[in-house]
Amino acid sequence: MNRKYLDIKANPAICNTEDIPVLPYHEFNDVVSGILAEESNHCLAYFAVPTGENLQFYIAIADDTNNSIILTSFTAERKSAVFPSLAAKFFQLHGFEREIHENYGIQFEGHPWLKPVRFPFNRYNQDSVIENYPFYSIESEELHEVGVGPVHAGVIEPGHFRFICNGEKVRHLEIQLGYQHRGIEHLMLTKNSPLQRCILAENIAGDTAVGHALAHAQLIEILSEPVANETLHIERCIALEMERIAVHIGDTAALCGDVAYQLGQVVCEALRTTVINTTQLWCGNRFGKSLIRPGGSNFPLTEEVANNILKMLEDTGRRYVEMTDRILTLPSVLARFEDIGTVSREQALKLGLVGMAARSSGLLRDIRISHPFQFYRNFEVHPVYHSSGDVLARALQRKKEVEESIRIIQSLITRWKESKTTVSRPVYHDRLRPSSLAVSLTEGWRGEICHVAMTNAQGEIQQYKIKDASFHNWMALALAVRNQEISDFPLCNKSYNLSYCGHDL
Amino acid sequence: MLKEIKILKSHGVQYVKDLRTQKVAERFRGRPIISNDITDEEKKQAAALCPVGAIDPTKGSIDLGRCVFCNECAFALPDKIHFTNDYRIATNRREDLIIQPRGDLPLRLKESEIVPQIRTFFKGSLKLRQVSAGGDNSCEMELNAAGNVNFDMGRYGIEFVASPRHADGIVITGPVSKNMVTALRITYDAVPDPKIIILVGTDAISGGLFADSPAIDRSFIENHRIDLYVPGNPAHPLTFINGLMDLLGI
Ligand code: SF4
Repeated sequence: MNRKYLDIKANPAICNTEDIPVLPYHEFNDVVSGILAEESNHCLAYFAVPTGENLQFYIAIADDTNNSIILTSFTAERKSAVFPSLAAKFFQLHGFEREIHENYGIQFEGHPWLKPVRFPFNRYNQDSVIENYPFYSIESEELHEVGVGPVHAGVIEPGHFRFICNGEKVRHLEIQLGYQHRGIEHLMLTKNSPLQRCILAENIAGDTAVGHALAHAQLIEILSEPVANETLHIERCIALEMERIAVHIGDTAALCGDVAYQLGQVVCEALRTTVINTTQLWCGNRFGKSLIRPGGSNFPLTEEVANNILKMLEDTGRRYVEMTDRILTLPSVLARFEDIGTVSREQALKLGLVGMAARSSGLLRDIRISHPFQFYRNFEVHPVYHSSGDVLARALQRKKEVEESIRIIQSLITRWKESKTTVSRPVYHDRLRPSSLAVSLTEGWRGEICHVAMTNAQGEIQQYKIKDASFHNWMALALAVRNQEISDFPLCNKSYNLSYCGHDL
Repeated sequence: MLKEIKILKSHGVQYVKDLRTQKVAERFRGRPIISNDITDEEKKQAAALCPVGAIDPTKGSIDLGRCVFCNECAFALPDKIHFTNDYRIATNRREDLIIQPRGDLPLRLKESEIVPQIRTFFKGSLKLRQVSAGGDNSCEMELNAAGNVNFDMGRYGIEFVASPRHADGIVITGPVSKNMVTALRITYDAVPDPKIIILVGTDAISGGLFADSPAIDRSFIENHRIDLYVPGNPAHPLTFINGLMDLLGI
C-alpha cells in the first residue's frame, strides 16, 4: 500500500483523518510536486488546521485521469514555521499559500509575493488592513495608475482593481478582494444547527446557490447517511443545469450590453427571466434557495413542474439560439470579442484554472466528467470547450454550454419520468461520522466547487473549507487584460463574471 | 436588419404591464399568514426550528427583517403558518416587518412617517447608488432585474446611477462586512442632501444569519435613519419596485 498519500476514487470522498499519511515537509513537497507535475492533476484545497501548538496541513488534489481525489498532509509547529514554497514551482498554489500565510503567519520561502487574500477577521496580522493593501507599482514617467472600486459603476459586488497603464494600454492589473468577507467558514463551525449550515451554504454565492448547497449537502450525506435515491439525484442535476443556463444567458446579455448591442442585451435578459421564473415555480425562489437539502428535498419535482421546465426550455432554447446566432456573427460584436482578453491554454494550466474559464482556454476541466457526482455518474455529459481563450471563446462557451445543458435536462427529465422513487423530506443530521475528513465536489456554472469538512472525535465539525471556482480564476482576468485597451476591461470582466463573495467568504 | 426584426417578433412583449397586480408563482414566499389559533406549544416549536430566530416564542410572530424564507416553520405547521405569494412586503418602519398571528392583513407603508421631502424631490425622478456590503449577489441581481426589460422601473424615473454625486440615496445589500465599512461611509457621504437609505434583503435589514459574525459591523445601519426596508432572500424585484412606488406616492 502507498504510504505517501491516500487516493480515493469517489466524489464525495471520505476517510478517517488518521488514515491520511503525515509526512515530513520535504517529503510532502516532493510527493505533491510529483503529483502536480502531471497536467491532469490540480489542487482542490490546501489548508491548515490548528491543533494546540501545532498546525496540521492538508492538501486535496484532483486526479482527472483516475477520477480520484488524492490526500496527504504534514504537521508543523506554529512558531517555527518557514517552508520552501510549493507555489514557486506550481503557480496554481499561489492563492492557497497566501491564504495559509494570511491566516497563520506561516512563511513560504520563494513564494512570488505572500499578499493578503481577503483580510479575514481572524487573520494572523491584525495590522494588515484592507485600506493598506500592498499594491505592485512601477516607478516610471510614462506610466500611470488607475484605481477602480471597491464600489463600482454598476450594481455589482465590491472589489478593487488597480491598473498600471501606458496611455490607454493596460500593462498590469492587480485585483484586490476581501471586501465581501462575512466569516462563513467560521460560522460553519459556530452555527450548530444543520439547517443553519444549509442556509449558509446557499448564501456563499447567491448566483450559485444550487452549486454550493449541493456541495454542502453531499458532504453532510457522506458524513452521515449517503442517499441512494436516483430520483433525487436526477432532480438535483436538473436544478444545477437550470442554474447554469440562467447565468450563462444573463451573462450573454451583459456581454451584449458592454458592446452596446441593445437587442442582444434585452432579449437575453428576458430569456434569463423565463428560466429563473421556472425555478421559482419549482421551489418558490428564483435562485433555487431552499431547494437543495441533505437527505431529501423540500420540493420534490412534480409532473407539472417537469413539463413546465420542458416547455420553457424548448421555447427559451430556440429563442436563445436564434439570438446568439445573430450576436456571434455581427461584425460590430465580433470586432469587440475576437482576440480580446486572451488567456492561453498554457497560462490556464499554470494558473490552475477550472470550469468554463479553463474550458474556453482549451483546458477540459469539468467535475461532471472527471469526478461525476449525483446522477452524472450514470449519465454522459458531452465536453464543451474552445481553444482561442478570448472573449469570443467565452461567449461561445456560454452558448454551447446552454445548448448542452438543455439537452442534459431534457434527457434527465425522460429518465426522471421512468424512475419513480419517492423523494422524502430533508434529513438534518446532528451526529456526523467522527474523526473523519470528507471532500465534496460539484461543477457549478463557474466551475469546480469544493467543500471540505473535518469532524472531531465527538462528530462535530471542526474545520470547514469552502472553495469557489473564482478562487482559481480571478487571476485569469488579471492576465486577460494585459496589453489590452483599458476600455476592454468591463468586457473581459463580464466574460468571466467571477464571484466576489464566493472568494471572500 | 430583417434578422433583427424577426428576433424582435419572436421576443414578443416581455414587460410587466401592471407592477402592482402582476401574479407570481404560487410557491413564491412573500407575506406570511400566521393563524390566530396557533398554540403556545406550536409557537415554541416554530421558534426553536427557525434558523435565524425570526419567530417569537411567546407571540408567535415572524420578523420578515430576519426571516430567510426557508419555509421550515410552514413545513412543520402547515395549518398554522403559510407564506402567501403577496410580494408587497416592503415597509418604512422596522417594527412593521414583524407579522403577528392576526390573519390576512396587507402590509403597507406608514404614510405619516415618510419624510415629506422624499415626495417633493424624488417623485418623478429617483436616482440611486447601490452599495453591496457583503451581499451574496442574489439581491444585487434582483436589483439589476428591477431595471430590466421585464420590470422596467425606469418607467417611473427610478434608476441606478454610477456616481453617488448623481444619486438621491443609497441602496444597501448585505449584512455590512467590516471590510466595507469605510467604502460604505464614503459613498453615503458623497451623496448630496436630501438623501434616502434603502435596505434590501434580510442580510441588510438585520444581518440575517450573519448578524453575530465577527466579520460584520452594523454600526452604519444602527446610526442612520432608514427610509425603506425591502425584505427577501433575495428581495424580489416586485417587492423593491412596489416599495418604492409606495414611498414616492406613485
Ligand atoms: S421561513 Fe422564516 S420564520 Fe419560518 S423558519 Fe424559515 S426563517 Fe424562520
